[in-house]
Amino acid sequence: MNSSQPFAASARLAWRETLIPYVRLIAHPFLGLVLGVILVVALFPIVTNSPTLREEIFLVLMAVILASSVNIIMGYTGYVSFGNIVFFGLGGYVAFFMMLTFHVHLAVAVLAGGIFAALFATLLGIPVLRLRGAYFALATIGINEAVRAFVNNFDPFGGSVGMNFDYSFYDAYGGAKNALWLAYYAIVLVALATVAASFIIKQSKFGLGLMGIREDQDAAQVLGIQPARYKVIAYAISALFPAMAGAVFFFKNGIIEPGPAFSLTASIEGLVAVMLGGFGTVAGPIVGAVVYDRLRSFLLTSGAFSELHVAVAGVLLLLIVLFVPAGLVGELRRRVPWLRKYTE
Amino acid sequence: MNWEALFASAIDGIMLGFIYGLAAMGLSLIFGVMRVINLAHGPIIALGMFSTYLLTTQLGLNPYVGVVLTLMFGLLFGIVMYLVAVHRVINQPELTTLLATFAVSLIIIGLGTAAFTTTPRALDVDVGTLQSGAVTILGTRIIAVLIALAVAGGLYGLLYRTRVGKSIRAVANNRAAAELMGINTTAMLAFSFGLGAALATTAGGLIATLFAFTILAGGSFELKSFVIVVLGGLGNPTGALIGGILLGLLEGVTTIFIPVGWVPVIEYVIFILILLVRPNGLLGARA
Repeated sequence: MNSSQPFAASARLAWRETLIPYVRLIAHPFLGLVLGVILVVALFPIVTNSPTLREEIFLVLMAVILASSVNIIMGYTGYVSFGNIVFFGLGGYVAFFMMLTFHVHLAVAVLAGGIFAALFATLLGIPVLRLRGAYFALATIGINEAVRAFVNNFDPFGGSVGMNFDYSFYDAYGGAKNALWLAYYAIVLVALATVAASFIIKQSKFGLGLMGIREDQDAAQVLGIQPARYKVIAYAISALFPAMAGAVFFFKNGIIEPGPAFSLTASIEGLVAVMLGGFGTVAGPIVGAVVYDRLRSFLLTSGAFSELHVAVAGVLLLLIVLFVPAGLVGELRRRVPWLRKYTE
Repeated sequence: MNWEALFASAIDGIMLGFIYGLAAMGLSLIFGVMRVINLAHGPIIALGMFSTYLLTTQLGLNPYVGVVLTLMFGLLFGIVMYLVAVHRVINQPELTTLLATFAVSLIIIGLGTAAFTTTPRALDVDVGTLQSGAVTILGTRIIAVLIALAVAGGLYGLLYRTRVGKSIRAVANNRAAAELMGINTTAMLAFSFGLGAALATTAGGLIATLFAFTILAGGSFELKSFVIVVLGGLGNPTGALIGGILLGLLEGVTTIFIPVGWVPVIEYVIFILILLVRPNGLLGARA
């Protein structure tokens, strides 16, 4: 009777001790700030009821999701996934197929697409993450191309023509107009979840393990980190969110084809955003994605540069790689030390 | 089973394989000397196509003279590209050089699309055909294979029979030690990059004499080069030529048994499997 008292107390203490770091993490001012900014920006089109603004912010948020996700495997863990778009496409295809064939709701399809891509990444990651450096980067390109070529021939997914919804499909969602708003809310939610996950991973012991692997995998292993397990989990997370974004994006588009779903260029644009903002930071991919997406749409709509926007992106990327390898946020952190407390 | 059709496809595939192999040698050489994967490889192949096309249609040169000049152009382009985009980050981790070369690829694609649009172009080269039974071989393919062999042989001679080649091999082996032996490593790295680009543009020029192309056409050859390089061993140019012939043969023969659309699926699955099982390539001797 007497001995159970301290045991209960210590158990309660242990329980609190394990929980406190997480509470502190979620209550961290930086996370609140970033999520708050995203929410405020996301509210603009809703308040002004502007479909144009909604479409623009949809694309910005999608870029943020893709960049922040690839940053988890590339920035934190040091494994350059050139073909991360494969998960965007797969999530999109699985969700689209389910919505078209089984008429499931968007929310179910998004979750199913995300879980499928995360499982696919887990199974694939076990062998592929054994490769290091350039070999891994090449393998991810090969995986994207293999999946694209496969889907191109896979009749249940419509082969090279892809799949599309009838106009009446959106009736279940109260018409096409309401469906577009629903897609917007969904992408806002996925973006918030991605950024929160990116931050929590960065601050957690798990994230520390990933960064240990990035700096020196063998040393990390000696210190008791299981690189294989850590890397596979990081890879699965970096697959989950792009897949959900893909599900929402192709729901909104009403059509899915292999070319746009598995575009290597879009994949590498995600890496450009990460490099532009700051490799391995939480804010970097967000800043990079916003700047890159805005720059790209500015170039696309300005008459003189519209044809040259790819070349301008190339020049920009080259200048960053050669002269500002830490990216915008990284450079800011380097130059203004007191800002380090407020940026992650 | 139609043996004659199979034979004809095999011959056709092997001949294309020489050109695939030539392109892949460029990628492999650059990786072998400086551990850089040149993601601008495809666009450089496309530059070779357009260089040959413009020299032939604008200056009225013989296409094969155009291919030779394209080789020189590629050498120059590669040296400039190395000095501008790669040299500053040559000692950085792979990600940096991958992104630097990818930036160059974006620049080429962007400027090329603006200048040439994406309308397909074609060179009309006709040098007759060789016929034997059911097998017909286009003369353009024979000449392309001969040029590919000559260039590959020339590269071998340069690497193994000249002082410059010895220096390049020394730099590939151990850059710091080569520098200590008085070799100008920057010059050798730039020259090797130029050679790699020259192989790519030459392959592009030869492809232009066979097929219609756009500025984006280099992409599929770049992916084939990756597959070939992994088949033959990263950094092993001889392996790349053999890998190219293997891939060409595989493409030629499999199209008889399965729909053409599935061929890339098989190629990429083989690519990933070889990366996983034998990352040094089927022909890569050293572990």
